[in-house]
Amino acid sequence: MTRIYISRDSGALCVGAEAVAEKFRKEAKERGLDVEIIRTGARGMYWLEPLVEVETAQGRVGYGPVKASKVGNLIDAGMLEGKPHKKCIGVVDDYPWFKNQTRLTFARCGIVDPRSIEDYQAHKGYEGLKKALQVGPEATVEEVLTSGLRGRGGAGFPTGIKWRTVAATPPQQKYIVCNADEGDSGTFADRMIMEGDPFVLIEGMTIAGIAVGATYGYIYLRSEYPHAFETLKIAIEEARKAGFLGDNVAGSGFAYDMEVRLGAGAYVCGEETSLLDSLEGKRGEVRAKPPLPAHIGLFGQPTIINNVLSLATVPIIMSDGGEFYRDFGMGKSRGTMPIQLAGNIKHGGLYETAFGITLGALVDDIGGGTYSGRPVRAVQVGGPLGAYFPRELFNTPFDYEAFTAADGLIGHGGIVVFDDTVDMAQQARFAMEFCAVESCGKCTPCRIGSARGVELMDKIVAGEDREANLEVLEDLCDTMKFGSLCALGGFTPYPVMSALHHFPEDFGAGKKRLEAAE
Amino acid sequence: MSRIEPWTPERASEIIAQHQQLKGATLPILHALQEEFGCVPLAAEPLIAEALNISRAEVHGCVTFYHDFRREPGGRRTLKLCLAESCQASGGRALEKRCKEKLGVEMGGTTADRRVTLEPVYCLGLCHSSPAAMLDGDVYGALDEERLDALLKEAQS
Repeated sequence: MTRIYISRDSGALCVGAEAVAEKFRKEAKERGLDVEIIRTGARGMYWLEPLVEVETAQGRVGYGPVKASKVGNLIDAGMLEGKPHKKCIGVVDDYPWFKNQTRLTFARCGIVDPRSIEDYQAHKGYEGLKKALQVGPEATVEEVLTSGLRGRGGAGFPTGIKWRTVAATPPQQKYIVCNADEGDSGTFADRMIMEGDPFVLIEGMTIAGIAVGATYGYIYLRSEYPHAFETLKIAIEEARKAGFLGDNVAGSGFAYDMEVRLGAGAYVCGEETSLLDSLEGKRGEVRAKPPLPAHIGLFGQPTIINNVLSLATVPIIMSDGGEFYRDFGMGKSRGTMPIQLAGNIKHGGLYETAFGITLGALVDDIGGGTYSGRPVRAVQVGGPLGAYFPRELFNTPFDYEAFTAADGLIGHGGIVVFDDTVDMAQQARFAMEFCAVESCGKCTPCRIGSARGVELMDKIVAGEDREANLEVLEDLCDTMKFGSLCALGGFTPYPVMSALHHFPEDFGAGKKRLEAAE
Repeated sequence: MSRIEPWTPERASEIIAQHQQLKGATLPILHALQEEFGCVPLAAEPLIAEALNISRAEVHGCVTFYHDFRREPGGRRTLKLCLAESCQASGGRALEKRCKEKLGVEMGGTTADRRVTLEPVYCLGLCHSSPAAMLDGDVYGALDEERLDALLKEAQS
């Protein structure tokens, strides 16, 4: 029997993977071939999707991108024996783009069947939980602290400290909340892991629950991810059936169970306190901190709220050790970061690597430059609240502190590439507009500031009293940055000010002056 | 797209009763109502308030806070076009214009024949294959004019 692997990840489905799988089924039946089609998650090499992999003695040989209409030709050419073809990329594990990564969090993604708990266990699944049960709750928290893992949602707060704070609260109902409201444009790592390896997230949350004495968990998933929703529901049910969730987790005597809840299209609910309010059934308004969610979180109880990637990284930290994880990375940014290459890029996808790689290496070498073939003019790192970087800053290493020093942020690790047709004044206006639409309305700098920001940008673009208005814009950004309750209003100035500082010519002032001089 | 049932308070109360025991039941209830009726009508609010023992203002505040919930049913199919940065960088703005022209509606609008509602979405998480769109639950990426036109045809069929 020949095994064929085709991704069911929505990134593969969006370019026709379902039709390709269907065509393989049909061809196999008509030709009487003994073929088993296994639906996996994605490898993260999305420009090669739909990617079809065939099991051979050498390993899984990949072909991509495959069109449904060409499936017959591929079979004729001997792809089921792994024979060469212009679409063949060789053994996928040896393909340089894949091989050069350090896949820790995404070790199984694209390889296993995400709906099979047996497959998960056959690939080191639940070894982290086993270790956590062996060493006990206190040592588990210590291990996460040792790893140096920082919140992958964007804030970069040490995960272990959150855990220790919740563990230190007196025994009572505590909660684990997974922030799966991945709303940043340019990011898809959460989606990819939830669709491609959901059990690793479930295992991470289970370890968190046992470590801090929480018996229930919620995944707050954005409603824009129907495929992830489906996969998570199936995986949670499988884990429950296998005894990894429930009153007696893996026979340990610990109780932990969980469910997935859907958001409803509000970007601000990715902010942790707003998310908690939304889970409680309220408007997703931001809460003032303190109190910290670790003390007064969901339904007023001590709560760990972590990003998908943070929680999904916990199992490997437990199975391989905090020190093993900590040994990757640079400075205070330890371990690996699943970096997402997006926008106008040739090789769009997920590249997990140790911290420290430069922005230029990511965009030019790994990303291959723009898809349009035009020069890269700007990249936005860290979502709609992240700064725009010009080429001059491409030597910035991917590291929390280095990005802060360059007046930016790594956020959730998304990089959106723009070619030279971009109008940076329009991008700055969009940042304000987005903030105005998505503001929860609780604090004035964000609610009113963003609306005024859009008006100001319109005046600046129209050339109305430009110098004076640019000054007001800087002042407004300052107020938003320091006066807003959360990162939405507080970070919107990053894209606006970075666009203005690095690309002043797009804001008219410089250009007008040049024209006048001529 | 799943079939939309006509609004009845009885059916609404049944749906609310199925979810009201959940902790933080508001969003699950609103999603379930919209799934059934294609929207969350104003008339549903007092029923939810009563069931959850909260004020009608709290329910109203919640319904109006979230982009997902509609007051009236949309068209037979909903096309969500991603307008976030990654899609902007990849020609999304031109596709938005084309979409509006071909369907003859603005963002948020429904075609006169009630076949398609066009909505903006701020990120579908398919940024590796921008520009992207979602027709009901199905995802489409790497859109260009040709692929968009095929998608619009599918939406209108």
